[in-house]
Amino acid sequence: MSSRLVSSLLALATAATVVSCGSAETPTAAAPATTAPAAAPATAPAAATPAAPALSITDPWVKTAKEGMTAAFGTLVNNSAADVTVVSGASPLSPMIELHEVVDKDGKMVMQPKQGGFVVPAGGSHELAPGGDHIMIMDAKEPVEPGAEVPFTLTLADGGTFAFTAIGKDFAGAKEDYQPGSHNG
Amino acid sequence: MADLTRRGLLAGGVVAGVAALTPAASARAGETLVPFHGPRQAGVATEPQAHAVFVAFDLRATTDRDALARMMRLLTDDARRLTQGRPALADTEPELATPAARLTVTFGFGPGLYAHADLKAPIEPLPRFSIDKLEKRWSGGDLLVQICADDPLTVSHALRMIVKDARSFATVRWTQRGFRRAAGTQPGGQTQRNVMGQLDGTANPKPGTPDFDLAVWRPDGSTRLVVRRIRAELETWDAADVVAKEFTIGRRLSTGAPLTGTKEQDAPDFAAKGAHGFPVISEYAHIRRAHVGDPRLRILRRPYNYDEDVTAQGHADSGLIFASYQADVERQFVPIQRQLAEADLLNEWITPIGSAVFVIPPGCDETGWIGREVLS
Repeated sequence: MSSRLVSSLLALATAATVVSCGSAETPTAAAPATTAPAAAPATAPAAATPAAPALSITDPWVKTAKEGMTAAFGTLVNNSAADVTVVSGASPLSPMIELHEVVDKDGKMVMQPKQGGFVVPAGGSHELAPGGDHIMIMDAKEPVEPGAEVPFTLTLADGGTFAFTAIGKDFAGAKEDYQPGSHNG
Repeated sequence: MADLTRRGLLAGGVVAGVAALTPAASARAGETLVPFHGPRQAGVATEPQAHAVFVAFDLRATTDRDALARMMRLLTDDARRLTQGRPALADTEPELATPAARLTVTFGFGPGLYAHADLKAPIEPLPRFSIDKLEKRWSGGDLLVQICADDPLTVSHALRMIVKDARSFATVRWTQRGFRRAAGTQPGGQTQRNVMGQLDGTANPKPGTPDFDLAVWRPDGSTRLVVRRIRAELETWDAADVVAKEFTIGRRLSTGAPLTGTKEQDAPDFAAKGAHGFPVISEYAHIRRAHVGDPRLRILRRPYNYDEDVTAQGHADSGLIFASYQADVERQFVPIQRQLAEADLLNEWITPIGSAVFVIPPGCDETGWIGREVLS
């Protein structure tokens, strides 16, 4: 959930019970009939470097793969009052990590490196999802197993870095993006 | 596109959340959540939901302890999100995460799982009982996932998500789908009926009582589950008259009252004699054979009915997914089942065709995962 939505949620409902859903995701149904469970933080452990305390990521995951190409997803959240731009990514998984977008070119969806990187708006979020922007792993040197914890480091425009761990997840989709030659990077 | 859909869903959730806060808004049954986190897993003491699926897996040969830990982290994550009405991670149908409809997802470890983890199993398969006609397709399993909710589509979605995340580690051994009365069709806490028309579960321990805790839970928050698929021989049961059926059970079919009483909850008087000096409740009546005096030795029955395809001849394939929870299978379940196998009149009309046992590990907190104390 974006911080904007969290903000509007807070604006809509001043009741303190809603504030307890302050994690990145909010249960879609309140449960007045049960003892309200504390909303479990859906955010994976994300170690922000001192240079980039503003950024966090919600629900980071990486599509499992035996080797070769795969991609990582999640929702980047900017908790600061200034835009944050992610300019590159790195992971022990592969020396070749790119920031990609999927665009419509003459009726065909193709992916390509995103010019200028990912801009996470001040107080907002930027979703990385199958069929959209994603972190592209071009040549994984080892398998991404389901449930594996894969470290990533993002470099920001101001030179700061942001590290997080993505969970390996079996996923059938998001593979048309990975056909060799389909990206014009 | 995915972004828009997701936002739309979440925005809807925001509205629902706000609406639920207003005192005038009554909570729809579908929106009720069962907490996932806690020292004990949900889905045991939980008032039984209307729909259930039990799915058992065989672990792949390559699934070692490390892989088991990865699998259980993934499955726990699915369960903690879905039970709280939130889409699973990388959920391809996030729209199906609501209503959660009291969804619970409960995990069980069969004897084989411990072998894969190079551990000694704390549980072993049941001994063979004389009445058993067990089929492999309904028996055994290394991992069990019990999924229950008051909505069948919610159950389907949770099953789909769990299976998708488990199948790299395991193959599906069997799936058993069951049902009880639909939510809202009878008052909560009321005993349900099985496909033979009997009230089923009258003498269960009551959740929240010391007797329940002693009978069901072990000190570490774990319990043990026995799943038996019991076919009801409805064609021959039809041929029995009401007097014979009630003599067999020891209870009235209409009220569930023992033959010595007038109300369902009346304690059966096993000493009572009839006009000719014979016991009113037969020596071989089901409730006498199944009776356990010591509350600590009782079992919690949480059964579901099944009703599969009717044959071309019009014969039913119906029965009970008998699920019982007890602290100790050997000490509690086995003696009862021996008593029944020896001389229960009901054996004429029921046939156990499946059997499996599982450890239900303790629950976990927000940062934990089910099975961590075993697998890490």
